[in-house]
Amino acid sequence: MTESWRRPNRLLLAGLGLLTIFFLIGPSLIVIPMGFSSSKILEFPPPGWSLEWYQKALTDPSWTSGFVNSFQVAVVTAIVSAILGTLAAMGLVRGRFPGKDLVNAVILSPLIVPVIIIAIGMFAIYVRWKITGSLVGLAIAHSALAIPFVVVSVSTSLRTIDRNLELAAQNLGADPIRTFTRITLPLILPGVLAGFLFAFLTSWDEVVVAIFLTTAKFRTLPVEMWEQVRQVVDPTVAAVATIVLAVTTTVLLLAFVVRRQAPVT
Amino acid sequence: MTAPATSAPGASRRSRGGSLINGWAWLALPTVVFLVVFFIAPLILMSIRSVTDPPGAGVANYREFFSSEADVRVLGTTFYIATISTLVCLLVGYPYAYLMTIVSPRVSGLLLIFVLVPFWSSLLVRTFAWEVLLRDTGIVNSLLLSWGLIGAPLTLMRNTLGVILGMSQILLPFMVLPLFTVMRRIDPELTRAAANLGAPPFAAFRRVFLPLSLPGVVAGSLLVFVLALGFYITPTILGSPRETMISRFIADQVQTRLNWGLASAMAVILMALTFLALIAASRVVRLRDVYGSLEDET
Amino acid sequence: MTTVDRLATSGAPALILRGLAKHYRDVVAVDGVDLEVRRGEFLTLLGPSGSGKTTTLRMIAGFTLQTAGTIEIGGVDMSRVPPYRRDVGMVFQNYALFPHMTAAQNVAFPLQMRRLARDEIRRQVAAALELVKLAGHGERYPRQLSGGQQQRVALARAVVFQPRLLLMDEPLGALDKKLREALQLEIMHISRELGATVIYVTHDQEEALVMSDRIAIFRDGRIEQMGSGEDLYDRPISLFVADFIGESNILRGKFERDGAGGWLTREAWRWRVGEAAVERAPLADGSAAALIVRPERLGIAGTEDDAVSGSNQVEATVRDVLYLGSMRKYELRLTDGQAAVVRQPVGGERGWTDGDRVRLSWAVDDAVLVDASEAST
Repeated sequence: MTESWRRPNRLLLAGLGLLTIFFLIGPSLIVIPMGFSSSKILEFPPPGWSLEWYQKALTDPSWTSGFVNSFQVAVVTAIVSAILGTLAAMGLVRGRFPGKDLVNAVILSPLIVPVIIIAIGMFAIYVRWKITGSLVGLAIAHSALAIPFVVVSVSTSLRTIDRNLELAAQNLGADPIRTFTRITLPLILPGVLAGFLFAFLTSWDEVVVAIFLTTAKFRTLPVEMWEQVRQVVDPTVAAVATIVLAVTTTVLLLAFVVRRQAPVT
Repeated sequence: MTAPATSAPGASRRSRGGSLINGWAWLALPTVVFLVVFFIAPLILMSIRSVTDPPGAGVANYREFFSSEADVRVLGTTFYIATISTLVCLLVGYPYAYLMTIVSPRVSGLLLIFVLVPFWSSLLVRTFAWEVLLRDTGIVNSLLLSWGLIGAPLTLMRNTLGVILGMSQILLPFMVLPLFTVMRRIDPELTRAAANLGAPPFAAFRRVFLPLSLPGVVAGSLLVFVLALGFYITPTILGSPRETMISRFIADQVQTRLNWGLASAMAVILMALTFLALIAASRVVRLRDVYGSLEDET
Repeated sequence: MTTVDRLATSGAPALILRGLAKHYRDVVAVDGVDLEVRRGEFLTLLGPSGSGKTTTLRMIAGFTLQTAGTIEIGGVDMSRVPPYRRDVGMVFQNYALFPHMTAAQNVAFPLQMRRLARDEIRRQVAAALELVKLAGHGERYPRQLSGGQQQRVALARAVVFQPRLLLMDEPLGALDKKLREALQLEIMHISRELGATVIYVTHDQEEALVMSDRIAIFRDGRIEQMGSGEDLYDRPISLFVADFIGESNILRGKFERDGAGGWLTREAWRWRVGEAAVERAPLADGSAAALIVRPERLGIAGTEDDAVSGSNQVEATVRDVLYLGSMRKYELRLTDGQAAVVRQPVGGERGWTDGDRVRLSWAVDDAVLVDASEAST
């Protein structure tokens, strides 16, 4: 480091930084070996290694149906919120209308209202609409939670677009719709795709709303985990947790890669 | 529904200049309708329910809550745990965010990843991980026992310590990101200017960097505090009934006692607290910036 | 620094740099700078961006640790002293005013760090603000001040603790031309009034010429030439310096030694090189060289006119005539296609227009000889 007069403080900070990283990811990483344990209980270090728990996680119908349900809900959520979120972002970034601050607040509010309130509020009314315990109901609920992330992602892309590119396209003879499909959409596509992936993640490991909106017949993976964690914990939960983490990390890194593709303006 | 301003040719020219609404605005409409129907309406109905369930309840639910010592204690516990978690996050998050601002962009990006990956990882899985670590037969205890450092397992969870550890860890990204957002806008030349004018490193930090980073401290603390108020999963798994926070209390009212009126009243109280804190926070930092940085890798 | 310390070292030059160098991994930012600055001198480091002038300044301030070499300030080796103990004032490029402090608090900061008494601080802050003509603006925050006012606060803050050196890093870069010119004079007056030793970094050659006692021209991390503005303008030692300071006509050719003087030949042309010029640039016979003639030193005459005797000359065609008020500037093309430029005061002389064939001439002693081999450019 060039600024040697600051070095002692920086070494201390770097040390603290490493401890913080350990605090942030250490506990989650420790779960991984537990799923490969040959022991019937969660003990550390594992006395031996086995794939028994993974086999159970991938064959036991309650886990497999949870996996399938979660995946389906997450995909539907991602599609719905990518569309609605992109529309909203364009309306908010480009639009001019009274009460824009209020609309903005409404769209971002799912991020900050305590999730338990959202869960019981939705439960009370979705029951009457008879959409609890179904993919549709949960996907709608999760879309409400995920839309803000798409809006933030797409707005960022929209703001970095040079408006002159669209004016140039119109000047060259493109009508508004073709301007959108040929110029605007390709430019914001990385933001939309990243938003899609963030929405997927939001739904994929959401648990509180899912606890209230699912039934024994239709359960997602996190709800199944929640039920298991509160009862006897065998290493299957660690195996499932590892799978959940692996999917999350993969999708997240994919989202970052997609974001990087954003055209530089 | 079409905009009157864009229907007439003469008016469409006006829409560039002075009209209240332009064509783009209508794109937000479907989303707003969706959220109002599926998200806002449930919250409003619940607020109404807090004064109509049981019929003619009025403020009875609120009175019931505030007159029960045990119920008020839940509120106290919630505030206590949220405050301590916020302080822990600040203590751990401030040096980390500061570190992010002084290292090279590449290292800074890496440090950010270590904040973002946990943020997007399942809260339930992370809570479960703490359980695996902190149980009486958990990793920490079995290691300490096998090294002979303790004779009997320490109680690390089903108490306030476990709840605070888990919540601080899960909430840490919400502290680091606003702090980093504010800190990276502080011109590094200012610290050098202070040194040039005779301030040793600590004085330069205290007189220049710290005051300039305060908006991030306020925003991050309020955000973490607000989110901590609404925590449900983590205190339920890592705490004992004594660590019952308001979210768990609400869930219990609905799930086991079917007391919707009281649950709704408490939900309204929790929402009101949340909004108050957020309005205060929004004076310092835009919420959008905070969440924007959650998706941004650099 | 107490008075005693200052007195003990008062005879020493204000600043001495010896072999100062800075390497970043594979980039050499500063490549061995030697420099001695007298007390009260105004020295400008001038050069294109990336030439190492700012890095040199930041090493003097102590923000950047040199890879090699030493820094002596007022006779004391400061090479390893942290910036907060160097007692060197600095005006930053973007001023680096503390945004959460008022102008007066900014100016008071260095005095507080030196633990002066409160009354003393108040008195000195008032005096410093007075000096930069900002008395009465002390309670404003930086964002409430104009760019020029911010610049003055930065200056007051940098001089209020009577530092042994005043460093300025392109302090006027962000201001518009008019304000810049006014502040140039003001900075000169203030630094003279305080007897301050100033090291000033800029890439603006006019600013350097106006303000400095001496100028050091930086190129690729080294000082290419150092001297007064006149030295650099009239006697540049290289094409680089000639090109960087003012406009110049460059006539390239082959150098032929002839006694103490010589000739520069190019195609059919043959120009006399003065003895003084050869003495300053003793090039080998037959080497690639160039003559540098400043635009106002060139005479312009018709091809049919008698050439001025004893002068060198070259034929050219007028391409453009630019009227600049007090001057007329002629852009010309030599017969071999090379560009040339002549400035003449607007007066009674015959005006030339586009397309005119003319003869340019200059006195032998008005041209400077420089090396023009591959290695030197």
